Amino acid sequence: MATSPWKFTAKEIAEKPELFTSGHRACAGCGPAIALRQIMKATRGPTIVTNATGCMEVVSTIYPYTAWAVPWLHTAFENAAANASGIEAALKAMKRKGSLQENVDVIALAGDGGTFDIGIQALSGAAERGHDFLYVLYDNEAYMNTGIQRSGGTPYGASTTTSPAGKVIPGKPQFKKPIADIMVAHDIPYVATASIAYWQDLLMKTRKGLEVEGPAFLHVLTPCPRGWRYDTSKTIEIARLAVETCVFPLWEAVNGEYSLSPQSKIMALKPDRKKPVVEYLKAQHRFAHLFKPDFEYMVSDIQRMVDKNWDRLLKKCNMKVVEKAKE
Amino acid sequence: MSQEQKGWKEIPIAGVCWRPATEYATGDWKTFKPIRDPEKCTKCLLCPMICPDAAIKWNKAEEDIEFDYDFCKGCGICANECPTHAIKMVREGES
Amino acid sequence: MAPIQQKVLALNGDEAVALAVKQSDVDVVAAYPITPQTIIVEKFSEYVADGEVDTEFVCTESEHSALTACLAASATGVRTFTASASAGLALMHEMLYVTSGCRAPVVMAIANRALSAPINIHCDHSDSMVERDCGWVQIYVENSQEAYDSIIQAFRIAEHPELLLPVLVGFDGFLLSHTLENVNVLLDETVRKFVGKRQFPLVMGHNGKKVPFKLDPSNPLTMGPLDLYDYYFEHKRQQEEAMRKAPQIITQVHNEYAKISGRKYGNGLIETYCLEDAEVVAVCVGSTAGTVKSVVDQLRAKGVKAGLLRMRTFRPLPVTDIVKALENVKAIAVMDRSNSFGGYGGPVFHEIRHILYDAQSHPCIVNYVYGLGGRDMPPDIIRNIYRDLQEIVKTQQVKDYVQFAGVRE
Repeated sequence: MATSPWKFTAKEIAEKPELFTSGHRACAGCGPAIALRQIMKATRGPTIVTNATGCMEVVSTIYPYTAWAVPWLHTAFENAAANASGIEAALKAMKRKGSLQENVDVIALAGDGGTFDIGIQALSGAAERGHDFLYVLYDNEAYMNTGIQRSGGTPYGASTTTSPAGKVIPGKPQFKKPIADIMVAHDIPYVATASIAYWQDLLMKTRKGLEVEGPAFLHVLTPCPRGWRYDTSKTIEIARLAVETCVFPLWEAVNGEYSLSPQSKIMALKPDRKKPVVEYLKAQHRFAHLFKPDFEYMVSDIQRMVDKNWDRLLKKCNMKVVEKAKE
Repeated sequence: MSQEQKGWKEIPIAGVCWRPATEYATGDWKTFKPIRDPEKCTKCLLCPMICPDAAIKWNKAEEDIEFDYDFCKGCGICANECPTHAIKMVREGES
Repeated sequence: MAPIQQKVLALNGDEAVALAVKQSDVDVVAAYPITPQTIIVEKFSEYVADGEVDTEFVCTESEHSALTACLAASATGVRTFTASASAGLALMHEMLYVTSGCRAPVVMAIANRALSAPINIHCDHSDSMVERDCGWVQIYVENSQEAYDSIIQAFRIAEHPELLLPVLVGFDGFLLSHTLENVNVLLDETVRKFVGKRQFPLVMGHNGKKVPFKLDPSNPLTMGPLDLYDYYFEHKRQQEEAMRKAPQIITQVHNEYAKISGRKYGNGLIETYCLEDAEVVAVCVGSTAGTVKSVVDQLRAKGVKAGLLRMRTFRPLPVTDIVKALENVKAIAVMDRSNSFGGYGGPVFHEIRHILYDAQSHPCIVNYVYGLGGRDMPPDIIRNIYRDLQEIVKTQQVKDYVQFAGVRE
């Protein structure tokens, strides 16, 4: 894969036609909608998109309206990757028989619902079979479309409607499934994490995922004002905080080799820049119960966890764990 | 829904969509409206990249930022993120 | 008329199906193995590995993904095939509805097998009978020859521009799938010419113009949207309309195929055997019909006015044909190789009864649930069934409307 890195200016991107158009019915301030717009700006030619059931599928295709300017297919909840497998196989067959000359990219879009849990079988199968497609996970950390129920992607301590912050159990007792690491373990050519707060990085990674031959997986953290409970204007701010606190570090794994992306690398080189996780938690009402005296220990638990995961990532990136300056 | 509802003989098979979402104006959702101060705006083009609704456009001919109030839902992300604080959210109806 | 060129091969049902698929210019096969369909996917894998087919073969990680991949490939604009049975078909259940809702002309072979629990790998019809409401055309075959013929016809039926519905071809697991039969096989070119190339009707898209019905970047379409209560009902009515056109299309394709093969199966919808003046008739689906035919021959030799109606097409229900065939019969035994628990008989019984409800004469209709989990259905039991029918005609009385024939008490 000897492609030169894609170079673009903000103007060029802003002038590209919208393939995910206005008129969709996502909530005001919707993180996933921002992600989808940015991803579609990174397409490089004819593209077919397939979507799992979820927020984005529902808001963008309320019959008879559609916000998609590309061919688009939705079938069920757990099978975005199987859809993509079928589309890719069809394109291969058409190429082989001579009825298709040009290259058509296939993008599978799914939320954390359709990826971490019910969708993981199809995703794992498609990755093992090596289909040439890009799978984008827009992660709002709960089954948002059906009413904010917990998923395998919901973080520890978060209050959701099926892991509510109660008197006895303070939010989700389990940890977030390390889905991107699971995909790296599948030995696929490209895995990356991205944030809507850093659009240039997200576009670069999307393009890389499309260019790579074989399965590519992009995990995008997409805050949800409704489910995470914060003011609609703060979506990008919270997406940025997630990176700045190393709750959601940005990295790439090219053929299994991890490397930090600039926005997270700076945190490794200058540990003072790393913000305490409490700033991230304070900003979202889904963690409000952690500030009650009974559950304050969880904030330190979460900081410990974030630090541990960060150290582990640094080791995978062959970066020394720099001692943070003593306070 | 304001359009006349069609019968089964008139609509395409298989649930294929026959209207673009751009015919469904979501602009009436908003309570607050972004107003940009062109003096403060540096045309950095961040806001078109982070609007969930593609309601901020770069007008190539005018070489300027343009707000599409037909689709803006008034979330306030643009105002919150603008590096020069050039955008203010104003309640609809007020100047 | 051109002479029919065929050769006879010794094939089991699975092999016959695999060969039919090989010859039908299929672009994508996505499947998951399950007894007794495994030989289909294994045989096809050999064709692929030996470069004998130009097909993308996707070994999906589950049956649900297999049908999904076929549906998605079909939506992209190619010819697709899959096969399953029993639990695999049950796992696909959700996707059967989605496939017919998306009007994708997928063809699927089902090697009919019992559903768990307890787990049983042998033949009965419970797996596909339960899918009768999902909007697929359902054809059940009597022997491997018919399985071969029907798979080829299925592509033409499914892809017919006025139908565009997926087609399920059911053939008895183990009884047909694994037993050797002499199958007349057509030449590759004959089959390829018969199935032809897939055509794409035009549909109105969201750009204000009619475009070919497929996922094509040059003419984008959105497929599989969210319907609220204002349009779902209309979409389903459209599917029903397509099903209503199906009998005509099935017959037409069947008759066209008869010209190139010399073989007919009744009129494509039902097959009648000694029904013209029959008084006691069995209605049957699948391979047991073969045994019934030999029993009918024996009874006829003894002067009993026995007959058989084999339902080849189960969906759509060939209502007019069945009413015409059975109207003047005195007593009917509907044989069901599956049961509807608590439903007062099996599915074929239910359907035959409701079809004949308005018939002028009012034949007595009883039900025999048989052969569940591969339980053998010998001629003796079939003879007893005809004896029961004769008893009913004589006494005008029925002891039990629903019986389980062949179960040990």
